[in-house]
Amino acid sequence: MADPLIAFRDVTRSYGQGEAEVRALAGVSLTINAGEFVAIMGPSGSGKSTAMNIIGCLDRPSTGEYLFQGIPLQGLDNDRRALLRRHALGFVFQGFNLLARQSALENVELPLIYKGLPRAARVAAAREALRKVGLEGREGHDPSQLSGGQQQRVAIARALAGGPSVILADEPTGNLDSARSHEIMRLLQELNQNDGITVVMVTHEEDIAAYAKRLMVFTDGKLTRDAPVTERA
Amino acid sequence: MLWEAVCLAFTAIIRNKLRSFLTVLGVVIGVAAVIAMVTVGEGSSAQVKASVERLGTNVLILRPGRVRMGPPSGEPAPRFSLKDASALAELPVVAFVAPQANSTYSVVAGNANTSSQVSGTTSDYLRVQNWPLALGRSFEPSEEDAGAGVCILGQTVRDKLFGSSDPLGEVVRVRGLACQVIGVLTARGAGSFGQDQDELVLIPIKTMHRRLQGDSEVGSISIALRKSVESADGIRAVQNLLRDRREIGIGQGDNFSVTDMKDFNTLLTGINSVMTGLLSAVAAVSLLVGGIGIMNIMLVSVTERTREIGIRLAVGASGGQVLTQFLVEAIVLSVLGGTLGIAVGLALAWGGSFFLAIPFVPSPLIIALAFGFSALVGVVFGYFPARRAARMDPIEALRHQ
Repeated sequence: MADPLIAFRDVTRSYGQGEAEVRALAGVSLTINAGEFVAIMGPSGSGKSTAMNIIGCLDRPSTGEYLFQGIPLQGLDNDRRALLRRHALGFVFQGFNLLARQSALENVELPLIYKGLPRAARVAAAREALRKVGLEGREGHDPSQLSGGQQQRVAIARALAGGPSVILADEPTGNLDSARSHEIMRLLQELNQNDGITVVMVTHEEDIAAYAKRLMVFTDGKLTRDAPVTERA
Repeated sequence: MLWEAVCLAFTAIIRNKLRSFLTVLGVVIGVAAVIAMVTVGEGSSAQVKASVERLGTNVLILRPGRVRMGPPSGEPAPRFSLKDASALAELPVVAFVAPQANSTYSVVAGNANTSSQVSGTTSDYLRVQNWPLALGRSFEPSEEDAGAGVCILGQTVRDKLFGSSDPLGEVVRVRGLACQVIGVLTARGAGSFGQDQDELVLIPIKTMHRRLQGDSEVGSISIALRKSVESADGIRAVQNLLRDRREIGIGQGDNFSVTDMKDFNTLLTGINSVMTGLLSAVAAVSLLVGGIGIMNIMLVSVTERTREIGIRLAVGASGGQVLTQFLVEAIVLSVLGGTLGIAVGLALAWGGSFFLAIPFVPSPLIIALAFGFSALVGVVFGYFPARRAARMDPIEALRHQ
């Protein structure tokens, strides 16, 4: 069997030292295979965001192992991690995190600049990504000229543009009303089903989590439930 | 990537026009000061050099009194006489001798009047000075002997009294004495001290003695040596002759001084370059201060753009790429400042040269150096803020509001 895409082996993560030490993750083991759609739920402070940051190579485990496609990432320096983010990972945030005063197209081009693509190829790929999220014709708009739902679509296009194997979405619908939320979720679902992109998503809401195929629940820094999603909301 | 970084830098700079301008103001002033100082300095060196070359052969200036330090001695130094000048002319090392008696008088022609240096001298003065006439002729020997009322005008005096009309044959009054204009000197411009050499009226020395000063003193004597003569030999010959004539005994000091104009000009050039160097050093300090200004604003900029840096890191920028972005921005800023400074400095130097009447000699080397130095300021003072940006923790940066 092929290596799982993402594997945690007894991962812990603590912040601070001594008395003030906070254990955000207290020994988590999990595997996520390519093509899965995983929702992570849990109360605030349960460690779900920390887990996401570690999966996204933005943070490192204090102890334990994180393997990406079977490769342990412990020894990787910051530049190699940046390389991994650039080529294999795409991020979608609750607050969209688009660059203000830059057009939708320029925002989507951003990861491609760091990939070193020539300008023409970059623009073509960015246009294609925007088309995929249904924002054709809005390429020249600034984030401030777009609705929240549209901004999140730009962010998804940006995550897609680099051709990632995983999209990591940290409460992607947290700032959206329910109609926009469901649109965004259907988009993520499509990308998962049609393009085979693995999606890992943190959310608070049951009906959002229901779009996923698998649900993980974190409590007090531990993975307390891991089961397939059976019913649709 | 580098090209993108340059584009990004321009976008960021244009977005904050006023702030960018104030940021680079220090560099602008520093570079402008260096360029202006050095260009004016070079111009005045070129001026001195030109005056050395204009002299052609080596010229000695003989003045009464010894060049000495300390308080003035009680007795006045003896003056020269026309006989001294004739005796000097007999020396085999000497080509021409021009005795001079100088004073400043008002000079009037019709309604126009000016105040000018008036030199009583001989027609050999023009040969010693290697100074051709623009119009007319020099003094005839008969005019010199008779102390005739004739004069040769410098260009400045001619312009002031006659404008562009022909002055030859006209009469000017030098302190009331009527003198016919027989010649006009070519323009010579500013001297080594920035004085106007063309503000001059030449009259025969006997005219000066008999009809203006009422004595027969010769203030100084200019001597042109023959071309083959070393100036040291010439100086020795002149000194020996004068010591003999004045019966100065062995062990006694000279009561006159001989100045070699070439040495004098070399000295001036030396002083000039020391001054230029010192002023440039002061200007370089302001460049340093300008660099610190850039660093300050880049640090502010990095803090302001923390979230942007977080986003860039999240989408896959490496620390090195973020470092490049901010470093390039600092370099673009300081190079823009440097370019502006070069333009301002050259404009100042041009104005200064015009005002001081010295040649405008922009040095490509100094311009290239100023340009390179301002880029270096960008690298040095941009590095620290850029490194701070590159080392940011992406999670922290993304959380930053």
